Amino acid sequence: MKILVPVKRVVDYNVKVRVKADQSGMDLANVKMSMNPFDEIAVEEAVRLKEKGVATEVIAVSCGVTQCQETLRTAMAIGADRAILVETAEELQPLAVAKLLKALMDKEQPGLVILGKQAIDDDCNQTGQMLAALADLPQGTFASKVEVVDGKVHVTREVDGGLETLALSLPAIVTTDLRLNEPRYVTLPNIMKAKKKQMDIVKPEDLGVDVSPRLKTLTVSEPPKRGAGIKVADVAALVYKLKNEAKVI
Amino acid sequence: MTALVIAEHDNAAVKGATLNTVTAAAQCGGEVHVLIAGHNAAGAAAAAAQIAGVSKVIHADAEYLAHGLAENMAAQVLAIASNYSHILFPATASGKNIAPRVAAKLDVGQISDITKVMAADTFERPIYAGNAIATVQSSDATKVITVRTTGFDPAAATGGSAAVETAAAQADSGKSTFLGSEIAKSDRPELTAAKIIVSGGRALGSAEKFNEVMTPLADKLGAALGASRAAVDAGYAPNDWQVGQTGKIVAPQLYIAAGISGAIQHLAGMKDSKVIVAINKDPEAPIFSVADYGLEADLFTAVPELIKAI
Repeated sequence: MKILVPVKRVVDYNVKVRVKADQSGMDLANVKMSMNPFDEIAVEEAVRLKEKGVATEVIAVSCGVTQCQETLRTAMAIGADRAILVETAEELQPLAVAKLLKALMDKEQPGLVILGKQAIDDDCNQTGQMLAALADLPQGTFASKVEVVDGKVHVTREVDGGLETLALSLPAIVTTDLRLNEPRYVTLPNIMKAKKKQMDIVKPEDLGVDVSPRLKTLTVSEPPKRGAGIKVADVAALVYKLKNEAKVI
Repeated sequence: MTALVIAEHDNAAVKGATLNTVTAAAQCGGEVHVLIAGHNAAGAAAAAAQIAGVSKVIHADAEYLAHGLAENMAAQVLAIASNYSHILFPATASGKNIAPRVAAKLDVGQISDITKVMAADTFERPIYAGNAIATVQSSDATKVITVRTTGFDPAAATGGSAAVETAAAQADSGKSTFLGSEIAKSDRPELTAAKIIVSGGRALGSAEKFNEVMTPLADKLGAALGASRAAVDAGYAPNDWQVGQTGKIVAPQLYIAAGISGAIQHLAGMKDSKVIVAINKDPEAPIFSVADYGLEADLFTAVPELIKAI
């Protein structure tokens, strides 16, 4: 069974991004970029399934600018076997990405697609579900455990109030939550090995997909600032303030 | 122009998040209908008919709709989607699971986590963990939306008298089955609906200490319990207690953060709370920059004192 793992290049988790002064978007010049953390968990899960003998090949995919090649090399350093970049400078929204991935699924015929539940830049949480809809396949979103059992995949999902487990027929789409696994540390020898792995580059036109955005961003602004309040000296002062000033207890 | 709200419910009653979503739907400008898809869900349908501002409830019932499987739920929504200009889901685990499936089948983009309706086609939504607010305009014929419930007041749960119409259940997809769930039974308020939340961080040090220190405070205040990602990752608190960018987004009247440093991802989940209290021994902790009342103290002495003093 092949596993397809879509990964997104995003602003690094630790970077504090700022809004551009003209409100046209975020200031991303010279900002450190990394693989979306949820996608890193997805790559790790796919590689573990291969190590267990469940999967035969792990293919990493990214859609976006030329520099996404770096993200794909990271995926291959974790253990993906090869990579495909769908290269475009256009702004890609989740529906467009889902269509590109659907086209690649038709070509590669994976048994599983594992991807992050959301990207930490646009916080959309859409692509996996959209891909499942377009491919008419079952979905197991927000996974904290994934097991392939008797030709099905059992997915334990993080839902409001706890966990639930579903059985999905294969092929299926799984999106990862934080607790699914802890991605391994990428070692230098594996980074070197990843440089020699195969990377194919295609264009959206090659896949026959129209990637035009459906949502137009009119402005991007700073959220209202919440000012720091006061420091209180002790618990008694805190309780007094909560009772008499804030009146919340 | 009519908006459809996909209710979140437990078959007997509608959940609170549905009420906030009805408010957002009404702001889109037309009538508001509510879909109750479930099993033996007449109770939930009757409750939805009482919500102020709802003019019609559509009730679809089948055993395979009992657990809200995305494949079956999406098919149910799609069967009536052409009647609507807007289709809104609460941005809960369930809403987020189903909405994009509906949007993709309709070949429309989805607008996630809206916090404001500016016009029938224009919405505000937070991006980058709430560090920026994007105003987006949709060019699609149908607007498929998830609603961040903290952005909208709840509609009144009573006062309405909508007609309940029965719709045929769509066929079971057969591609997914529900095996089971572990939902913690608790008398506490739900995290996203609680008026007071007490939240603990990594400084608690262990699951035992977390329980020993934080639970009595929550009991005393009738509060829900939350946690930072660090505390959840360390196993001090269950997954579904996580407050933050990728966990629960909350906005209670009072949020007490004990031993939480305040990473931006955590602040993204709670900074819209009305009053924030931070208890932390590190005077430089970023949590103090959003706290209305900061107490620089060791939580292991301050929290028990607080319990006594309230």
